[in-house]
Amino acid sequence: MRIDNFESPDLYQVDDLLSDEHKLIRSTVRAFVKREISPIIDDYCQKAEFPYYLVKKMGELGIFGPTIPVTYGGGGLDYISYGLMMQEIERGDSGMRSTASVQGSLVMFPIFQFGSEQQKQKYLPKLASGEFLGCFGLTEPDFGSNPSGMLSTLQDAGDHYILNGSKMWISNSPKADIAVVWARNEAGRVKGVIVERGMEGFSTPEIHNKWSLRASTTGELIFDNVKIPKDNLLPHADGLSAPLQCLDSARYGIAWGALGAAMDCYDAAKRYALERIQFDKPIASFQLIQKKLAEMLTEITKAQLVCLRLGQLKNLGRANTAQISMAKRNNVEIALHIAREARQIHGGMGITGEYPIMRHMMNLESVVTYEGTHDIHLLILGAEITGIPAFK
Amino acid sequence: MKILVCISHVPDTTSKISFTDNNTKLNTTGVQFIIGPYDEYALARAVEIKESVGAEITVINVGEIDTEPTIRKALAIGADNAVRVNAFPKDAFFVASQIASYAKSTTFDLILMGRESIDFNSGVVHSLVGEMLNIPSVSPVMKLDLNGTKAVVYREIEGGKEVLELSLPFVAGCQEPIAEWKIPNMKGIMSARTKPLVVVEPVAVEEESIYLSFELPTAKSGCKMVDASTPEKLVELLKNEAKVI
Ligand SMILES: Cc1cc2nc3c(=O)[nH]c(=O)nc-3n(C[C@H](O)[C@H](O)[C@H](O)COP(=O)(O)OP(=O)(O)OC[C@H]3O[C@@H](n4cnc5c(N)ncnc54)[C@H](O)[C@@H]3O)c2cc1C
Repeated sequence: MRIDNFESPDLYQVDDLLSDEHKLIRSTVRAFVKREISPIIDDYCQKAEFPYYLVKKMGELGIFGPTIPVTYGGGGLDYISYGLMMQEIERGDSGMRSTASVQGSLVMFPIFQFGSEQQKQKYLPKLASGEFLGCFGLTEPDFGSNPSGMLSTLQDAGDHYILNGSKMWISNSPKADIAVVWARNEAGRVKGVIVERGMEGFSTPEIHNKWSLRASTTGELIFDNVKIPKDNLLPHADGLSAPLQCLDSARYGIAWGALGAAMDCYDAAKRYALERIQFDKPIASFQLIQKKLAEMLTEITKAQLVCLRLGQLKNLGRANTAQISMAKRNNVEIALHIAREARQIHGGMGITGEYPIMRHMMNLESVVTYEGTHDIHLLILGAEITGIPAFK
Repeated sequence: MKILVCISHVPDTTSKISFTDNNTKLNTTGVQFIIGPYDEYALARAVEIKESVGAEITVINVGEIDTEPTIRKALAIGADNAVRVNAFPKDAFFVASQIASYAKSTTFDLILMGRESIDFNSGVVHSLVGEMLNIPSVSPVMKLDLNGTKAVVYREIEGGKEVLELSLPFVAGCQEPIAEWKIPNMKGIMSARTKPLVVVEPVAVEEESIYLSFELPTAKSGCKMVDASTPEKLVELLKNEAKVI
């Protein structure tokens, strides 16, 4: 891997709208990525191995649950800080950002939002520090875009519950210490429980041979009559809206993250275009290359503004699902497009691990699908516009 | 144990440098400022000392208000409190006088800074401060081990290294690998919000220098290859084109 000299573009001087602390957070995470992620990530991706040791390091840095209050081990920071962290981590690799998103938005957030005081104290500090890794089980083999059809069940058995069913495509699952799992109770209501590794009947087989997010570990969650203590039920989660709220929080981070991946592709393409000589000139002198770079920067700039405004709305508690869907959908799409154009600018070199492009491109194929597919986000926006949900 | 760490606020190493005001001032538009990299090593060593034997770390910067984000970063990395001497850091003598004046007001066991700032690269502030405080100064220090009131330091010298034993207090101009370079964490950034940053006014210092103008080094020109069989061509080029002989 080449030396990581990444610098983020800022055509519209968006930096002026950030606080000094935001900029310090961004430069801190960027320095972390340059030191810890860039030098090893291509190797781990090629081997399809999860650099599990980074979980602890990310915990020490404070990447997990930065918006959770300090009393529970979180960072007590605002949503723009969280967004900038996700941007920088995904600039390094979408897989590493996935680990952080799941831990922060899909595990710590539901425990903080729907958990009991005892659950918060028991799990949040360990998740924040990276001592525990968590995962989030919503998707099932037969229910992806339509989680309301889920089949997993949670039965009351007196002094405990019995959990049965299976979850599919679960980030972090093979290494997770705990899983926040969604299942239906006898009344058909979706409920959340915390399942701990080691509980009898609970297993987490890994999904192999992915061409995407190769440095992130993905697996299944299988529950075969797992006895869940009553204390592990999230008392304040009732109905599908609870996991959907978690997804809103994670998707918000993905909107920023995808922007980071796009920036990395743009930065690499710009550098390469200025260095690579063909027909006795840098290829950056050709109009067609300039068109590609100009369009990339345009889309990145628009996405920066969308993220920043969405962050401000999040801070005010006013960001809604449709706004988040639009940002996630748009930013992942432009990132994918930019990755493809950047790959072309790199010519043959673009397909190698020497440059980050192809890795980002393949990673983004997961990002465009998980946390609501590209088309599902379009339908969410469609429902917002027309008042008519077109999902079913 | 009280440690004073002196930090400079300098353009990032990748900044594109240009000048304004008739080439007498750095044009700071679009320039990112950072803690001087050598100073950052000095700070990292101070934090290591604090973590191993306990210490109170004060950072000092001579600079105007725009240096405060840089100072906050030093607090995030692990300094306990900070002082900003509210003045433009005109030259090494001015900066050293301010640091020495502050250091006289509070006693420090150790004064650490980078071997040089990476803007003007004069590399003399440590010796000036040592002289002004009448304590030893050593630079460039690559290793610093404390043992009670004594310290062993390793200095880089031409073609080797020098090992010295010194009594505290002294001034050290530091460079890598004196400590592992530190990235702050979010907790540090949060706690930096509330750590004290005191602003003091500068002491009067006689003007020792004024800037007449700055200029950029001439751009590197391409490399010309001369065939080994035609040495006279090389002589000709050196004489008439490069005009060095
Ligand atoms: C690497 C990776 C990690 C993941 N991590 C997690 C995790 O940690 N936790 C978790 O719970 N899940 C996770 N997922 C699952 C992810 O959220 C789902 O894959 C996603 O929701 C899509 O579900 P599906 O794969 O079943 O596709 P499907 O829902 O079967 O969709 C297939 C296609 O049909 C389209 N489609 C479906 N319904 C409609 C409709 N009504 N109208 C129009 N088009 C429609 C979709 O847009 C898509 O193009 C992960 C997935 C991947 C790939």
